[in-house]
Amino acid sequence: MSVAQQSVTSGRAARIRWGMSDSLVLARRNLEHVRQIPEKLIDATIQPLMFVLLFAYVFGGAIHVSGGGYREYLLGGIFVQTLTFGIIGPATSIATDLTEGIVDRFRSLPMSRSAFLYGHLISDLASALLALTIMTFAGLIVGWRIHTPPAEAIAGFALLTLFAFTMLWVGMLLGLLARTPDAVTGVAFIVIFPLTFVANTFVPVGSLPEGLRQIAEYNPISAVAAATRTLFGNPTAIPPNAAWPLEHAVLSSLMWCALALLVVVPLTIRRYRVRTSG
Amino acid sequence: MPAGGGVRAEGLGKRYDALWALRDVDLDVPPGTVLGLLGHNGAGKTTAIRILTTLAEPSAGSASVAGLDVVADAARVRERIGLAGQYATVDGLLTARANLEMIGRLYHLPRARAHTRALELLERLGLADVADGLVKTFSGGMRRRLDLAASLVGEPPVLFLDEPTTGLDPQGRNDLWELLRELVDDGTTLVLTTQYLEEADRLADTIVVLDRGRIVASGQPSELKARVGGDRIAVTLAGGEGLASAEDALRSFADGPSLVEAHELRVTVPVRAGSRLVEVVRALDAAGVDAVDVHRREATLDDVFLTVTGSNGHDAERHEALAP
Repeated sequence: MSVAQQSVTSGRAARIRWGMSDSLVLARRNLEHVRQIPEKLIDATIQPLMFVLLFAYVFGGAIHVSGGGYREYLLGGIFVQTLTFGIIGPATSIATDLTEGIVDRFRSLPMSRSAFLYGHLISDLASALLALTIMTFAGLIVGWRIHTPPAEAIAGFALLTLFAFTMLWVGMLLGLLARTPDAVTGVAFIVIFPLTFVANTFVPVGSLPEGLRQIAEYNPISAVAAATRTLFGNPTAIPPNAAWPLEHAVLSSLMWCALALLVVVPLTIRRYRVRTSG
Repeated sequence: MPAGGGVRAEGLGKRYDALWALRDVDLDVPPGTVLGLLGHNGAGKTTAIRILTTLAEPSAGSASVAGLDVVADAARVRERIGLAGQYATVDGLLTARANLEMIGRLYHLPRARAHTRALELLERLGLADVADGLVKTFSGGMRRRLDLAASLVGEPPVLFLDEPTTGLDPQGRNDLWELLRELVDDGTTLVLTTQYLEEADRLADTIVVLDRGRIVASGQPSELKARVGGDRIAVTLAGGEGLASAEDALRSFADGPSLVEAHELRVTVPVRAGSRLVEVVRALDAAGVDAVDVHRREATLDDVFLTVTGSNGHDAERHEALAP
């Protein structure tokens, strides 16, 4: 049984239409929160901008990448790191909603039950796309360029959007598992920091010590960063004897995302039903 | 639409692990009437409301609202109910108006209708001048009123209110009672929970008293009051040695058994209608009782429990396991 099955009106088409309408109403509510607490947008605006500038100007001179300048290399890493931090947004807002009575209010209304999750997905995807746009322009300002034909460049942005979407589902699951909103931030940081730093995000894997290097080569974050660099025609700095996922970065990125969604989406929906019944 | 906006329950029960939070509850609320669920914290009032509003599934028995089964027809039940929970379930980060508009949209009202409905309700609940204020800045009473407005957005034929006057000042409580009376006069069926006998008496056509998940008494307020007796006279003594003589002196006014609370140095009796306080004082004086306080008060929920179950009912707050 899908969560949407408990919707209001009989008829599949009407159900889907109302489900979409309900999701948009809730997405709007979440975006309205941003208007009241503009700090919520820091993740999507100032943080990526700060990372681009810090790494471009602070580390730019110290890290050398073969096949192009460091700034050309950097952007692929910043894109992926920022979108991974996107886990925190839906996780905290869902955990907050669950600790307050508002979910009971929603559940007593004749609305689509799954709209609560999709509302968060839509609003957080909007903020991820805003972050992506800001990073793109910041990158162009510090000297990063796309060297590939439009079709490949579009594929690059499409892959990043798919990755953002995947991370948002992970975030929603985390929010549903967390006992309190505060717990979310702690857990997210100890997962996200190692995940995004033991990777090729900021330094080529070849420069990492043995052990860490192997982890980095199989890290999905590395695959997505390398795929992004490939699709934008930036230097990838993949060593000649790299692991299979890194050699076939675009394919392995798609596989990682598909695998993550296959696992996380059903778990999220099931966990949501458990948290909101009884 | 199925006929009737009433509420029925048969053998309703809810079990959390070994604890039956609600057990063997039968209810029959005819359309357009008011049911008062009376009980202390932990008596099962909120559990009953959660089942009837589809937020929780019963472990036993069945219930219907407006002729629709709360489990099988949950989605359609939600189209016909309004709920104001014990904890104001409104969004603190939206304005009062935005909260009601959002709820209107989730009831699938057209945008313009959701807007006018929000304004109507803000007006009706005295929140018009704070319509564009952020809810997190509201006082507890304002939040409760907004929560009630939220429950009315869909013009529900059946309204559920969980302790609606908790946290309201006396004026706010009177205003709310008046509003609820109007809604009921217009045909709304109302189920409300309360810890106050006075509130149940004022509003309800039928009162059901819950204790540890079970119904311990039910009937019209007048029946219940007849059972419980009228006003109480409570005498507090200077010392414990006068308790027995005070009890004796009060017997001639009593309408039921007296309650002696030795550690409080207090004797309380239900008194017959027409008993005069001054005569009580004279009788106590004549018996040589050294009273520091004598006062008359209305019967409370504790008195109901005392009459019905022989205990004051506060045990329920310990959530004792009632394994089957």
